[in-house]
Amino acid sequence: MTPDEKKRLQVAAARIREGIISSTHAAKCGHPGGSLSAADLFAYLYCRELNVDPENPAWDDRDRFVLSKGHTAPGLYAALALRGFFPEEELLTLRRIGSRLQGHPNMNETPGVDMSTGSLGQGVSVAAGMALAAKYQGKRCRVYALLGDGEIEEGQVWEAMMLAHHYKLDNLCVIVDNNDLQIDGRIGDVIDPYPIADKLKAFGLHTVEIDGSDFEQMEAAFAEARATGGVPTAIVMKTTKGKGVSYMEDQAGWHGKAPNDDEYAQAMTELNAQLKELEAM
Amino acid sequence: MADVKKIATRDSYGSTLIELGRAHDDLIVFDADLAGATKTSLFKKAFPDRHFNCGIAEGNMMAAAAGAAAMGLVPFASTFAMFAAGRAFEQVRNSIGYPHLNVKIGATHGGISVGEDGASHQCCEDFALMRSIPGMVVMCPADDAEARAAVKAAYAYRGPVYLRFGRLATPVFHEQEPDFQIGRGEVLLNGGDVAILATGLMAYEALQAGAALREKGVSARVINLCTIKPLDEELVLRAARECGRVITCEEHSVIGGLGEAVCSLLSEKLPTPVRRIGVNDEYGHSGPAVELLKQFGLSAKHIVDVALAFCK
Repeated sequence: MTPDEKKRLQVAAARIREGIISSTHAAKCGHPGGSLSAADLFAYLYCRELNVDPENPAWDDRDRFVLSKGHTAPGLYAALALRGFFPEEELLTLRRIGSRLQGHPNMNETPGVDMSTGSLGQGVSVAAGMALAAKYQGKRCRVYALLGDGEIEEGQVWEAMMLAHHYKLDNLCVIVDNNDLQIDGRIGDVIDPYPIADKLKAFGLHTVEIDGSDFEQMEAAFAEARATGGVPTAIVMKTTKGKGVSYMEDQAGWHGKAPNDDEYAQAMTELNAQLKELEAM
Repeated sequence: MADVKKIATRDSYGSTLIELGRAHDDLIVFDADLAGATKTSLFKKAFPDRHFNCGIAEGNMMAAAAGAAAMGLVPFASTFAMFAAGRAFEQVRNSIGYPHLNVKIGATHGGISVGEDGASHQCCEDFALMRSIPGMVVMCPADDAEARAAVKAAYAYRGPVYLRFGRLATPVFHEQEPDFQIGRGEVLLNGGDVAILATGLMAYEALQAGAALREKGVSARVINLCTIKPLDEELVLRAARECGRVITCEEHSVIGGLGEAVCSLLSEKLPTPVRRIGVNDEYGHSGPAVELLKQFGLSAKHIVDVALAFCK
């Protein structure tokens, strides 16, 4: 990865973070914390990894992305807007009556959304079904699913892992956003799902652990996933909930709460400074 | 009676899947460790590469089927009604119903005619659960011929469909596959004193009841409603208008099924006295299916008794 490519991804991630803050502020509700923790991943997926076409969102051979942790729709929407699936101004309609941007993703309303999600644990099963179907159809596309680390407390997630391993779905890549927080607190305090990577390995997935804010590690992990035959790949990425906005970082309270006007101003000031710093590089 | 051919609609389901599978390579089948019982094992034998056993994980199976449908395939996902509609309700609602994906749910072992396995496996709530999902088609074929036609219609229809089949071999009273349309009922017997509306295995019982009532001087109109949702409103309203009394018959709780669908329609558009025959807000129990059906009043004899008292 060249410094320029890395910088482009960093700029994209900062703009996605601005979209998350602007849209949840405008909606006066929504889920900024987990959107921000995955913002770097959203940037990488939509700027580099996914073979998708904003001009033809329903293109049959596109890669599929399922946001299994559907409550972080603000992050997905900001990435889709950045990639040109719909105008960025539309982000400000999030959660409003008549908006295409529902509180949780709806595949029939929003261009670029491959599956309606929101009820935790189901998206990863859907992604496995997509990967299984793609193999049957002889399609060369890949399927990606993003899970929350709290989400993996749902038993269905592990049913999906069994299916993905049994049918050798090496076209499937599941990513766990390990920001260590869920609504009620630290995941280890609520109901301990650790050790996450060991569990995924035990279910037969090729498992890679990375720093979820490091694009070079992300690039290597996705390359490894593409090169791995016979088994699905899991990428466990260590992240920080609320990343990029100082007062939101590592705070469970920002799971499902929107910034007020003052908090919005502060967040945008911080994100603008990050962008300026990147541009000066 | 003895010479009437009997076939379980789950067998009709399995063999029709093969017929459809030969003609359409976009049809695939999911099962949850019950392929022998749901009869998708027949499809597996014919098309081993198109049958995907998901193991004992019904919620995962329903969501995986949704994923396959999102890729353009037409998945039939099968397990017992209890687990398809009950255990996996929320997956069906959120991953199949809400995105209106083209998944066909083939639910076998519906109702108390499951028999000896008892209440834990006798699902009498599936119509209620599946009817409550917007956009879901709910069907319960009456015999082998209608089951074959319904499975084909479900394949041809674009959108989610719930099909309920039975474990028990039941009489085949259609001479051939009926001219079947989703949402359209079928008049089995004409009459003007009372309308008997039935679904599933109760259609044959209603037909027998209609013949017995005729001998007692009561003219019953017997209607088979394979599609519970969307209901054939025109046919039901006409029967209510012309007969003035309606009896509903289903192997399902009287709560939330055909009876309540008919009552909702009639109370709003044409208030008409109704008697609901079904499972009366109770659980089933173990026993031979035929005996259980009699005990729970799911029989021609009970329909006759209700109709005679109703028409007094």
